[in-house]
Amino acid sequence: MEKLTIQLGVIGAYLILAVAVGLVAFRRTDRNAEDFYLAGRTLGTVVLLFTTFATLLSAFTFFGGPNLAFSAGPEWILVMGLMDGVLFGILLYVVGYRQWLVGQEHGYVTLGEMLGERFDSTGLRVLVAGISLFWLFPYVMLQQKGAGQAIVGLTDGAVPFWVGAGGITLFMLLYVVVSGMRGVAWTDTIQGALMLVLIWSAVIWVVAAADGIGVATEAMATSNPEFAALGGGLYSPAWMLSTAISIAFGVTMFPQINQRFFAAGSKRVLQRTFALWPVLVLLLFVPAFMLGAWATGLGVTVPAGGNVLPAVLAEYTPGWFAALVIAGALAAMMSSSDSMLLSGSAYLTRDIYRPARRLRGALGANREALVSRVGVAVFAVGSFVASLSAGGTIVQIGNTAFGGFAQLTLPVIVALYWHRTTRAGMFAGIGIPQLFYLASVFLPQVPGAFLGGWEASLFGMGLGLVLTIGVSLITTPAASERAASFDGLRAD
Amino acid sequence: MWGAVGLLLAAFAIPWFLWESPRILAGLPVWLWWHIGWLLLTSGVFAVFVRTAWGVGVETEPTEAV
Repeated sequence: MEKLTIQLGVIGAYLILAVAVGLVAFRRTDRNAEDFYLAGRTLGTVVLLFTTFATLLSAFTFFGGPNLAFSAGPEWILVMGLMDGVLFGILLYVVGYRQWLVGQEHGYVTLGEMLGERFDSTGLRVLVAGISLFWLFPYVMLQQKGAGQAIVGLTDGAVPFWVGAGGITLFMLLYVVVSGMRGVAWTDTIQGALMLVLIWSAVIWVVAAADGIGVATEAMATSNPEFAALGGGLYSPAWMLSTAISIAFGVTMFPQINQRFFAAGSKRVLQRTFALWPVLVLLLFVPAFMLGAWATGLGVTVPAGGNVLPAVLAEYTPGWFAALVIAGALAAMMSSSDSMLLSGSAYLTRDIYRPARRLRGALGANREALVSRVGVAVFAVGSFVASLSAGGTIVQIGNTAFGGFAQLTLPVIVALYWHRTTRAGMFAGIGIPQLFYLASVFLPQVPGAFLGGWEASLFGMGLGLVLTIGVSLITTPAASERAASFDGLRAD
Repeated sequence: MWGAVGLLLAAFAIPWFLWESPRILAGLPVWLWWHIGWLLLTSGVFAVFVRTAWGVGVETEPTEAV
């Protein structure tokens, strides 16, 4: 009972801290949509770096990643390092900086808005937002599910699933609704820092208990000789490359990441974020996934369906520290989910609700504030309700979301850089690969991988590129398309 | 030029030439040390890029509508 009190105390204290930060941020928040969704485009380096970082990390970093390293070997570090540290860094420049420039010039808040205006097509705007929400909603639901299960696991069922998942949802709603992007970015900064400190403390603790890194790795290599050697088992070059590429391109179009490209305060902020990015990636992934890999040699037993990281910590560290790390995992979930709620609301209210109601131009400030907050609440409650009962299909959509988003990236890059892109090219390049990818996920007739392990999402991306360019070449742009609107952009 | 550098950085983030090498150095597999070094190098290259070439390919001159 005493252990339970400490655990709930640690998590409760953490949740209260998150809400308190949100409230402080609220005092600096204006009522317009730009401020609510993008913090008035004023984010500084530390905040942008950590909010993007914390947003990228989900429950997966703490649970799924170490589990994978535990079962298949530490090569997962390479996949994530290539994906996040190098490829995403490059995309941050190619897509992120370009979008930031366009956003500065035209004041866009969402991707759909940007493309809809450029191609003078409300249909395109609704399509992009609709596809994004289709993949985003189940992904948010998975986070809530993860949070609920983590709390059930920590308290041995003393706190039921719906209370855990519902409680986390409620706390997020509180600070997201109150303070919007500024609150989210500030809490993310704390959450990101917390995750780094916790994972390094955990590594130092476990390594000390195991008599040093050398002994831990030796033990791993003895129990699983294939872990020390690069490759083997799950890790084929085709699988590693397809996974890294498809996640990196997918991340770029995830609404909560994509919107951050609009939110940077200045060129300088983007530059610093870009240069520091690979280091931050290393600092988190190497220790987190090595812990999972070392666990094989330490003789840690993981309960069926359980996670390796809590099992290692339970073995080597005191109860309060294990509770802290679970709080860190909740932080990881919340820092992705809060941003997803906010961006989901932006897509829902600006790109679907407004066109559906035929609302043009700005709403009154109060109306805007209300609509965007109601959007957040609708999204959060909807995904919470879904998390209570969902199985099969919706879980699979969430698990394959990265590939779904990756289908958007190449057409968007083409549109950002190439004048000759036409509306018809965009519809073809965005619509058809989505159908292909969905078919590969859900229809047994369409394989999920081709040519010896290259994933279907990669072929969908190629198809999108070919279709966007090909259809654009054989069609002429409508007179109302604004081909030059992404041009002539400089930072100063 | 920078396109090729980017491609190179992505190509060798995973040390393909150490495939199946089980060597361990100072407590970690050699391929992991390579990866750590490579990402630090990447960060350094990104920093140089920011100072010397930022804007290349992305910032454009105004053009006539096609």
